[in-house]
Amino acid sequence: MHLLKDNSGADGRDSQAPVSQQIPVELTAPSMDHLDQLEAQSIYIFREAFARLKKIALLWSLGKDSNVMIWLARKAFFGRLPFPALHVDTGKKFPEMYRFRDHYGKEWELDLRVEPCPPIDAVDPTLPPAARSAARKTEGLKMALGKYGFDGLIAGIRRDEEATRAKERVFSPRGLEGNWDVRDQPPEFWDHFNASPPQGAHLRIHPILHWTEADIWAYTKRENIPIIPLYLAKDGKRYRSLGDQDITNPVASTAKNIDEILAELEQTKVPERAGRALDHETEDAFERLRVAGYL
Amino acid sequence: MNMIVTPASPATPNGTTRPQVRIVIVGHVDHGKSTLVGRLLHETGSLPDGKLEMLKAVSARRGMPFEWSFLLDALQTERDQGITIDTTQIRFRTNSRDIVLIDAPGHAEFLRNMITGASQADGAVLIIDALEGVRDQTRRHGYLLHLLGVKQVAVVVNKMDRVDFSDLRFKEISDEISAHLQGLGVTPTAVIPISARDGDGVAERTDRIGWYKGPTVVEALDRLEPARPLEALALRLPVQAIYKFDDRRIVAGRIESGSLIAGDEIVVMPAGKIAKIKTVESWPVTPVAGRQGAGRSVGITLDRELFIERGDIIAHADAAPRETRRLRARIFWLHDKPLAKGDQLLVRCGPKESRATVVAIEKAVDPGELESRENKAIGRNHVGEIDISLSNPIAADPYTENPRTGRLVIEVSGRIAGGGLVLSVDAGQRAVPVDIVPVESALRPDERSARYQHNGAVVWLTGLPASGKSTLAKALERRLFTNGGSPILLDGDTVRAGLNSDLGFSAADRSENIRRLAEVATHLARNGHIAIVAAVSPAREDRATARRIADTAFREIHVATPADICEERDPKGHYKKARAGALASFTGIGNDYERPEAAELVIDTSTRTVAEAADEIEQMLKTTGVLFDEVVDLAANI
Repeated sequence: MHLLKDNSGADGRDSQAPVSQQIPVELTAPSMDHLDQLEAQSIYIFREAFARLKKIALLWSLGKDSNVMIWLARKAFFGRLPFPALHVDTGKKFPEMYRFRDHYGKEWELDLRVEPCPPIDAVDPTLPPAARSAARKTEGLKMALGKYGFDGLIAGIRRDEEATRAKERVFSPRGLEGNWDVRDQPPEFWDHFNASPPQGAHLRIHPILHWTEADIWAYTKRENIPIIPLYLAKDGKRYRSLGDQDITNPVASTAKNIDEILAELEQTKVPERAGRALDHETEDAFERLRVAGYL
Repeated sequence: MNMIVTPASPATPNGTTRPQVRIVIVGHVDHGKSTLVGRLLHETGSLPDGKLEMLKAVSARRGMPFEWSFLLDALQTERDQGITIDTTQIRFRTNSRDIVLIDAPGHAEFLRNMITGASQADGAVLIIDALEGVRDQTRRHGYLLHLLGVKQVAVVVNKMDRVDFSDLRFKEISDEISAHLQGLGVTPTAVIPISARDGDGVAERTDRIGWYKGPTVVEALDRLEPARPLEALALRLPVQAIYKFDDRRIVAGRIESGSLIAGDEIVVMPAGKIAKIKTVESWPVTPVAGRQGAGRSVGITLDRELFIERGDIIAHADAAPRETRRLRARIFWLHDKPLAKGDQLLVRCGPKESRATVVAIEKAVDPGELESRENKAIGRNHVGEIDISLSNPIAADPYTENPRTGRLVIEVSGRIAGGGLVLSVDAGQRAVPVDIVPVESALRPDERSARYQHNGAVVWLTGLPASGKSTLAKALERRLFTNGGSPILLDGDTVRAGLNSDLGFSAADRSENIRRLAEVATHLARNGHIAIVAAVSPAREDRATARRIADTAFREIHVATPADICEERDPKGHYKKARAGALASFTGIGNDYERPEAAELVIDTSTRTVAEAADEIEQMLKTTGVLFDEVVDLAANI
């Protein structure tokens, strides 16, 4: 946050000014820019989740969105994550992602829980190949839920990434099987969230639902949040979104730093998840996954 | 599949920002909302490359004529039903604004989704079919916009092509809806004739509507103002939580209105306790200087330790919200079962929640109907005015004074069932907080501890009746006094005879009894005394409250004498009376005693003498830093 800037008056004041003007009386607060507003809203959501649920965890996918999420949580709780960070590991991520996890898991003092996914044979065989691969993660998530008994999982999805995600609530109830009933969602207004999942069910909490891809990058830059280098262009290609190695493809890009990524996003009309194979298999593959409990 | 991408990025690389305005499109089902949205995306150049062609191809494959609304029908389930089913947030740009479009559907079944969307909106577009005119749902949505506090409403009269672009038909509808909205206190910013399908009036004033001189839809959106700044209002900081992750005790919450800065005198409502803001904490750099305004999520520390709970509101001492147990509210109701007089609810005002009872239903109407019919109950999707009595005092403002703290939601069975505006607040009899000025002691804590050879503490003895609490308390009191200390006994029964004589034995009264004991004991502890509390205090939650109040001074002792031995002792004859049915809410045989899980000490008086038990307590007080060891360097305390 820019809060420190307000302090500059103490050092930078004009020594010629009359004494009465030297007293740093501030009558108005500095106005909040767009990122300040997003940040404040996310912090509010984190604090509500922590206050109203009994046992929560943050789903850390290692991507840009969930790293921003961890940063926001540390802002909300003054430097620490007072609940576990859960990495549901398909075992098929990029080596850079594992290195990132091991390094920052320690540096950020996360209570990191790495949970495995079941083998591919255990997954609905009627799904197209990439969706079936992604569905492993849903199964891994269900196993982790059963193991720890979380009543809330914090996930870094955004409304702008994908049309079905646009339907989401901030506090989104999941059924006993972890499934999402898109047609029977409770109303959510004035930042009042439905925080009472039925016994045995759980809530998904979405603290960055209102952010866009460009917001994520602008904030990552402003706060100097570390990123996995795969997001930056190498040999004319970069990853906009990171998933399993075998079902994620890079997009053509020359963006070598965050400023260039932002400039590229200004121009592009290619969807963010264009490189994610599972989004393109059939028109409803993604929704079927989400109804079954995918993120 | 990806339907909508967002070329709009409010934070551009060079750091400039454009005002962002959130809007909602509402109106009767089939009046053309989705078509308008599709057309707006096209006219503002917001569609991904190839999307239009792709959708046209999909339509051809399915043998259907292309419709603009297909753009929004991203979900297969939606296409199957032929209606848009939920709020979708879509972004596009006008000349000077970034517009976030919250697509609120018009189907009656999904009013709760319209409310979810509209509650986040700065402005609204109300759509009316030129052929059908103003319908129930049109009026209902107009009413809800008013209730949700959306003041900027542009009306579009769609499907003008179906009425041959008749200016007379347009004027008829325009007059009717303007009258309806003005009756609710909403003046439409524009009434625009359009054909969303053909594009007339959306981004261009075409010849077919040559008689119309007002703004197009895109121009009207461009004139919307972002949300009004709340900073000019009085400070309201509802407390979300109190964090003690380290040696700081941080009060966390979002500033809903006004602003604050370190050094401000504040009052914590509804209790009316006064303190000063010591620091504003943050991360990664802390503390932060400078004023913090409405909208910020902050954490503050205070200059003294007060008992503060989630849901309290921090305000400036001279402009505090009212403390009340009684509210009047204008609400909308979304639950299947109508709301009736006598219903038990849960009311939330910000983070504060309280159980509540509906005392009276003063008005109940279907806002879709032209005539108001008075009813005894408020039906699903209807609105009304109600009187609510709250079981806990809360701090609230009428919505006319503060739109953020002047609104509430109602929960039934853990699910949001309605919401509305606080019309008026019946203030309690509490003294105006500005008159309360806590006087600090003239003595420093170390002066007292040097004399008494101990720090202040609250020694809390909990256990079944006749377990030996009072006996132990008296023995401990004598021993501490003999050693030169300053013990003070607060026996539960004794305090009930005086200070707490207004309280009975219901769960709520027991809680209040414990709260008062804890407050008095904590005051004594802060002034260097050892307050010895002997009280059954059977509820774990109540003891947790006592621990929160006394904080680090709290030492819990569970007097865990077996129940059968307690009943055998029965010095006050309570067990006998209870067995005979004369003491209904007696803990021991009727009510369950909830055993402490993490008491500092557990003592079974059936297996040791009083002196031995007192030894153990003394030892515990030494190891936990309350009593000083015999050899103390007095000079170190000066």
